[in-house]
Amino acid sequence: MAARISPADVAHVARLARLELAPEEVELYASQLAQVLDYAAEVAALDTEGVAPTAHPLPVRNVLRPDVPVPGLSREEALSQAPEVEEGQFRVPRILGEEP
Amino acid sequence: MTLPTALDLAQAVRTGERSAVEVVEEHLARVEEAEPEVHAFNLVAGEEARAAAAQVDARVARGEDPGPLAGVPLALKDNLCTRGLPTTCSSRILAGWVPPYDATAVSRAVRSGAVVIGKTNLDEFAMGSSTENSAFGPTRNPLDPIRVPGGSSGGSAAAVAAGFAPLALGSDTGGSIRQPAALCGVVGLKPTYGVVSRYGLVAFASSLDQVGPLARTVGDAVALLEAIAGHDPADSTSLDRPAPALSGCLAQGVEGLRIGVIQELAGVEGIAPEVGARLHEAADALAGAGAKVDEVSVPATMWGLPAYYLLAPAEASSNLARYDGVRYGLRLARPDITSMYEATRSAGFGPEVKRRIMLGTFALSAGYYDAYYGQAQRVRTLIIESFAAAYERFDALLSPTAPTTAFPLGSRTADPLAMYLSDVCTVASSLAGHPALSVPFGTGEGGLPVGIQVMAPALGEPVMVRVGAALEDLAP
Repeated sequence: MAARISPADVAHVARLARLELAPEEVELYASQLAQVLDYAAEVAALDTEGVAPTAHPLPVRNVLRPDVPVPGLSREEALSQAPEVEEGQFRVPRILGEEP
Repeated sequence: MTLPTALDLAQAVRTGERSAVEVVEEHLARVEEAEPEVHAFNLVAGEEARAAAAQVDARVARGEDPGPLAGVPLALKDNLCTRGLPTTCSSRILAGWVPPYDATAVSRAVRSGAVVIGKTNLDEFAMGSSTENSAFGPTRNPLDPIRVPGGSSGGSAAAVAAGFAPLALGSDTGGSIRQPAALCGVVGLKPTYGVVSRYGLVAFASSLDQVGPLARTVGDAVALLEAIAGHDPADSTSLDRPAPALSGCLAQGVEGLRIGVIQELAGVEGIAPEVGARLHEAADALAGAGAKVDEVSVPATMWGLPAYYLLAPAEASSNLARYDGVRYGLRLARPDITSMYEATRSAGFGPEVKRRIMLGTFALSAGYYDAYYGQAQRVRTLIIESFAAAYERFDALLSPTAPTTAFPLGSRTADPLAMYLSDVCTVASSLAGHPALSVPFGTGEGGLPVGIQVMAPALGEPVMVRVGAALEDLAP
């Protein structure tokens, strides 16, 4: 199947991925993503009826450790590289509400 | 340039024949001379290396054994966390970030006596095959500076090839240790998934990422792998088993081993004729050394690349969601949080990283999930089954590591798919979680090195390094 990716699709995906693309980037990615997806069509067309998906190469199960507290990063260390901190917490711009 | 092996250097330091400080100074002098042209490093940690080497010497003076890698300079790919040393992943989005902890592979190598001399350049977040996707400019191949060193561990491969360090650590998601090792004429080893802890390796595609060694000899690579391998409670995907003992396998030869040459990767379109010729010479040489060599069809290897370029970007799009300008790294000021996320991520990520996030987000998005991501996961199962059938008849498999020798800078940057094809031989064993090793074997176009890839089933490192060591001895 030939993949057709419209600029509107690209803009939608960019929104989902929290990326802000310039108009020329939208054009470029539309053609490049279509090219890669065309190449991927080779596997998209394979008959995989009844084949179980592999999410992980190892037969690993949930790995649990004893529920005993162990020391981690101190609050000071955890906050030390944040762009903005206030009262011992990460500070972010406004999440809810109207434009100021 | 004939340089001592890492193991020879360690031996000399442990016996007091040479001082670790002198060994480090010698390597730093080579860095100073050639680094301006090569640009293998994002950071050269000269002062820290001198201090660490002095501690190694002090331990020797006290009659202690600093470990099997005593005083050996070690270059670290800059996606491995180092406490107190900036770790950038060659991305603007991590500008200024200094990790508060060491990756397990790093702390184990240091505990074995290795001396960290710097952090090496990579394709941003390990996404690329040429080290040209670095926010800090490309690394050049020390053997021919108009050419790329491969990638994404191009800085680590170049550092070893240029004699900046006898040992380096890289990471391999779809070939990022093996392909640059091949293009720079050094040895690169991707362990079985889970043999080395991923704790402190900045995540790209978590079901594929593995840390592994680059070195000038198979013996040195094995020594570094033995130092870093083994279970780590901090990585729930690390295998709960002791590190494999491999040094003893190196001299065992290949007598009686069944080795299959993968037809699909020997004759694939785009494999340079000289690379194909070296593969057949390598197979003949192994047969001459007593191995039972035959051709084998592993049809699903041909689906590796398209499956990989759906699965790895999908995992990346999820992993890279953490770069949001809140807890560390870059933040662009905006009045509300969504526009802050978008502005920060758009300014912080380079074009290839954005392309992969877009591709992965698309493959996971409603309406396309099953056709792309789900299908690629089912094809991953077919690849594992295809390998399993081949390993019923063979102990190890052989292919080229890369389809061509090192290519000129800029020659593939405009065409992402052409760049992705650099990984055609390496991705299948990554998807299967199997170990694979690249060993230099002769030269191809332009007198540049060709790498031969030795693959083995999960935890088949012992047989893989036997074949690798034999190839190293047999190489022209």
